[in-house]
Amino acid sequence: MRNTDTMNERNGRVKALVACGFGINCEDETAAAYRMAGAEAQIVHLNQLFSRDVSLHKFDILHLPGGFSFGDDLGSGKVLANKLRYKRMPDGTPFWDELLRFIHNGNYIFGICNGFQALVKTGLLPNISGGFEQEVTLATNLSGIFEDRWCRIVRNPGSTSPFLGDLSTIELPVRHGEGRMIARDAGIRDAIRHLRLDCLRYCDEAGKPTNRYPLNPNGSDLDCAGLTDTTGRILGIMPHPEAFLSFCNHPDWPRLARENRHSHSKDDGHGLQIFRTIVAHIHTSKCKERSEKMS
Amino acid sequence: MRKHPSESPAPHQPPYRVFRLLKEGIPDPVGTKIADHAKKVLHVDTGRVGCAKLFLVYAPISPSQLEEFAANGLRDAILHDIIINDIPKPASAMAFITVARFPGVTDDEGLSAQAVMEDLLELEPHLDQRVFSQDIYWFEHPLDAKALTNIAHELLGNPLIHHFEYGSGIPETVFDPRVSIRADSDTLPEIHPSVDLTGDDEALLRVSRERLLSLNAAEMRAIARHFEDAGVLAERQALGLPTHPTECELEILAQTWSEHCKHKEFSAIIQYRDLETGQSLTIDSLFNAFIKAATRRIQLDLRKIGDDWLVKVFSDNAGAVKIDDDRLFIWKVETHNSPSALDPYGGAITGILGNNRDPLGTGIGGARLLFNTNVLCFAPPDFAGELYPGQLHPRKILSGVCRGIEDGGNKSGIPTVNGSIVFDDRFRGKPLVFCGTGAVMPAFYKGRPSWEKEIAPGDLIVMAGGRVGKDGIHGATFSSAEIDEKSPHSAVQIGSPIIQKRLADFLQAACREGLVKCCTDNGAGGLSSSIGELATISGGAFVDLAGIPLKYAGLKPWEIFLSESQERMSLVIEPRYEAELFDLARLHEVELSVIGRFTGDGFLDVRYDDRRIARLSMEFLHHGVPRKSLVAEWKRPELSAPAIPQNPDYGQILLSLLGSPNIRSRESIIRRYDHEVKGLTVIKPLMGRSGIAPQDAAIMRFDHDSFQGIAISNGIIPRYGDIDPYEMSAGSFDEAVRQIISVGGRLPGSSGIRNGFWSVNDNFCVPDSVFDETMNPDGKLKLAKLVQMCQALYDMSVFFGIPMTSGKDSMKNDFRWKSVKISVPPTVLYSMAAKVEDVRKTVTSDFKAVGDLVYQVGETFDETGASEFLRLFGQLGDRVPRVRKETAKQRYLAMSYAIARGLVESCHDLSDGGLAVGLAESAIGSGLGADIALPALPLPLTSVLFAESHSRFVVTVRSGNRDAFERLLGPDAIFLGSVTSGGNLHVRAASKAVLNLPLAALTEAWIAEGSLE
Repeated sequence: MRNTDTMNERNGRVKALVACGFGINCEDETAAAYRMAGAEAQIVHLNQLFSRDVSLHKFDILHLPGGFSFGDDLGSGKVLANKLRYKRMPDGTPFWDELLRFIHNGNYIFGICNGFQALVKTGLLPNISGGFEQEVTLATNLSGIFEDRWCRIVRNPGSTSPFLGDLSTIELPVRHGEGRMIARDAGIRDAIRHLRLDCLRYCDEAGKPTNRYPLNPNGSDLDCAGLTDTTGRILGIMPHPEAFLSFCNHPDWPRLARENRHSHSKDDGHGLQIFRTIVAHIHTSKCKERSEKMS
Repeated sequence: MRKHPSESPAPHQPPYRVFRLLKEGIPDPVGTKIADHAKKVLHVDTGRVGCAKLFLVYAPISPSQLEEFAANGLRDAILHDIIINDIPKPASAMAFITVARFPGVTDDEGLSAQAVMEDLLELEPHLDQRVFSQDIYWFEHPLDAKALTNIAHELLGNPLIHHFEYGSGIPETVFDPRVSIRADSDTLPEIHPSVDLTGDDEALLRVSRERLLSLNAAEMRAIARHFEDAGVLAERQALGLPTHPTECELEILAQTWSEHCKHKEFSAIIQYRDLETGQSLTIDSLFNAFIKAATRRIQLDLRKIGDDWLVKVFSDNAGAVKIDDDRLFIWKVETHNSPSALDPYGGAITGILGNNRDPLGTGIGGARLLFNTNVLCFAPPDFAGELYPGQLHPRKILSGVCRGIEDGGNKSGIPTVNGSIVFDDRFRGKPLVFCGTGAVMPAFYKGRPSWEKEIAPGDLIVMAGGRVGKDGIHGATFSSAEIDEKSPHSAVQIGSPIIQKRLADFLQAACREGLVKCCTDNGAGGLSSSIGELATISGGAFVDLAGIPLKYAGLKPWEIFLSESQERMSLVIEPRYEAELFDLARLHEVELSVIGRFTGDGFLDVRYDDRRIARLSMEFLHHGVPRKSLVAEWKRPELSAPAIPQNPDYGQILLSLLGSPNIRSRESIIRRYDHEVKGLTVIKPLMGRSGIAPQDAAIMRFDHDSFQGIAISNGIIPRYGDIDPYEMSAGSFDEAVRQIISVGGRLPGSSGIRNGFWSVNDNFCVPDSVFDETMNPDGKLKLAKLVQMCQALYDMSVFFGIPMTSGKDSMKNDFRWKSVKISVPPTVLYSMAAKVEDVRKTVTSDFKAVGDLVYQVGETFDETGASEFLRLFGQLGDRVPRVRKETAKQRYLAMSYAIARGLVESCHDLSDGGLAVGLAESAIGSGLGADIALPALPLPLTSVLFAESHSRFVVTVRSGNRDAFERLLGPDAIFLGSVTSGGNLHVRAASKAVLNLPLAALTEAWIAEGSLE
């Protein structure tokens, strides 16, 4: 049962919590993305959550942005994952319980890049077993280096992720040194494929998934660029849609502008679409839920 | 409250050892990379290389706690196996290297592991570092000690900061990375050993040398005289201070009077003589006569027309210009040359993080950091000449510096949007590492103007950020000296971007809340410099060193005061905000400590508890340094006209140029820098259909709310100075201007829009230019070159109306070993920034569509002197490109107008390699070719193709815009041909083909695979 009545208080606007602190560094553009998509976004230091200064339950979606939390020490996202799992709140209860309650209440979590890395290391993604144990990891790129480059990504046609709607392919920048998905074993790998949890895949010009470098920039297994959990309400992706909010973020924007190849509104970047989709989805589903409750 | 760590970890207790290895079957890309490099660079076949981590845990936890920590805190369950206290040996390993850090060297991973342990096991956070990390590498092939040492030193670490162990079996000993605490650490440090300054100049110079003070005889005499003054003596006696200066006082004076802090040579009186014309002239400070005078003139002109965007210059960490009534743009470019010569990674990362703190500490502080830009000068990575003791190979410097830039920018979340690398053999004397950072600050915090620095007696001094260790003692004096094999190793530091990111987040929040009165960064000279400078505002300061948190015990008081430990800022806080500020710091996990207060008594008063360590008059500290008097003599170099073979193979020349060090693609480096975090970068270093097209200037928006933005460029051409230092400096300035024009910038005052600011940061990096008969016999000529560079800067800056809002000079860029001296060529970098009203109207360099018309804009002259073209033939030539600023300005105005009207499809400025390289680069990025017919000109064809005449562009225009464009540009628009789909660059002259090269060949030559690794 949902325990928030905040949809009323804020005139039905979706409320996003964008985490910051400890070396997370994409919070500003992420908050901008949610605002442009019509949501309210609040940037909150993780310590404010851990100390209960800010309650997670006032929000519809928790966003873990990109960055270098804890400098990627011990492996990217690892220390952040440990914080999420083991940090205790002032009354001694683990924050993890709070997070599970947030999920259980039907809310959403979105992690990009470093946020994705943290989500897989907490066991929240893909969570096939339902027991929140680590089932996959994002390891050092096969190239051995951090790279900033634009990639083409295709939605797994079987994916029903509410974040992706009817997206087909999209170009986005990747900016990471550790993005190579590895599953714990063949069973997990098969389950990911079978359940179509690998919702985004690196692809070639024609939209065909590929493991060819640099189209697949990190050597990710299943050409995987993003994963959801089995509920679809948790998504983690390596590429950065929040870095393509304006058409002039694209590396070839002057030519595309001339050829009038960018769709949507004139100035919007394609990355915005993902935020619009999820905000619209949350809005609709929560309105529906509320009206059901009222009737 | 005493914050010094005092509990000593039990020295005899061996630590827990946790090995973390990759599971069998998991690929190890890092190991593969090391194996590749060993083969390619060192010609050693290592076989497979495996990497493992060793964590040393000195904390008193139980074995079961250790197991929990290792399994949940250190291990990635998919990737790693953990082995506790047993030393593993992979079956196939025949040799190993362990890499540990020397005590006191930053070990972020160890500290992060410790934080995880404390969270996981619910331990109280501990002040001392008790978890350390080390790296272990296994090699498949047996390797001898020489090969292992080579791999360790060249690929894995730096003997200045790392301890290595080698062997063939398994590592038997584990290096203890803890700072050993001195036996007397419980007793308070000795308070004021004083330094006897009686004696002749020779004796004074000996003191200066032995203590690494870098002060000359006149300066030492001034100090000695000050302490002999009857008034000073009486006052010191009354306060119980020794007659002679204390160790701490002498160190404070040396730091404050260092070339790095006081710019003594830029402030000197210079007698300049032109030996050819006999003309002579007295220059009363290069800074005043050229830099300040030019900027002041521009400021007055701006005030006259009521466009008051030049808000702050000549004081503070950086200047400030106005974006609009609510926001200021602040930026600073600095060098970090000497540290980068010793440890390239550490030098670059501390350079970047240190430079980030300048905008952060300007005015009240807390500016939002927007971008980084880096310009590097190195010897070529394939340098095969002799290296001397204390010198690293240029390849190692390149790779270390680039990794430092990568971590410094990426981990701070600041995009590296623009940069340049210049190669010249002479930069093996010292590499030049220029780090620039731009930032946006609200113009007002809670109604207070943010650019002002106000301090009143009674305000608290609060140190924020990292703890103090022995790091970087003598950084300021060291950077003011030439490098030799004995350069102080304590000057090597490794910055921690994550500690600084926390500090920056905190500071931005604190300034926004109005809790900070103002602040400054702790850079060279540490607290002595930051507090010494802030105290000039209130008129004095009192500091208690006992309250300063230390990384480890055992620092002398003067070391605490002078330490350059990174990631620290000094804040000025009104007592009423203290509690709120400390609450905010706890949220951000930033350590704060009140270390003193400002006074108005005219003294810098330093104590350790109640004991006096130093007491210096502010007047003497800041105005007591004697002015230098220097001599400059100019003599034109002997030059000869170039001799080039008749009818050379132009195609081969172009391919060679494209692959030459200064022109070839930087993609392999640029990709490692995040150039689009923040989502505001509009023109990035690599663009176009192919995603590899090099761009002239970067364009960034200020935020997501508007399409206003800023253009950023860098101009640097040191090789022109071999012919004419004035033209080198003027040309570098022009290069920076024309790059911004090329993307669509508009010259100051030409857009009709208020606050259309332009700003330049000047950075002079020159060899020792103080004449000395034996040590520096050509010092007068070197100084004359510097004078001419400054004259050109004045002329260009005033002519274009572009003020110097910040700048820096680095005066001792030489290497010395016995009788060998290597001096860098006199170099100046102009980093430029200009406001852009609408980033959507900017233009990139790559061709856009088949059928577009190609123009050269601007005239070419027969001036191939010091060009990349002549360098191919090992010649210097005689006529260096000259800036013709009047025609350039008219052209720039017309070009800006054409771009604003949407008439231009692509624009690329012509520089290294001339027209031929410009055309090739525009084609490479677009995947399109061009069909070009060169106009008949009274010039050698080699000049038409390869001369680097300034202020020119290659432009493409839609055929429908031909008339409009030609009308606007007039004779400046030289029609060349059109863009083709054939993928060929085809150039004809007098209907004869001179170039006909497929794009694939051009691209291959330009990418020059692997050449920069």
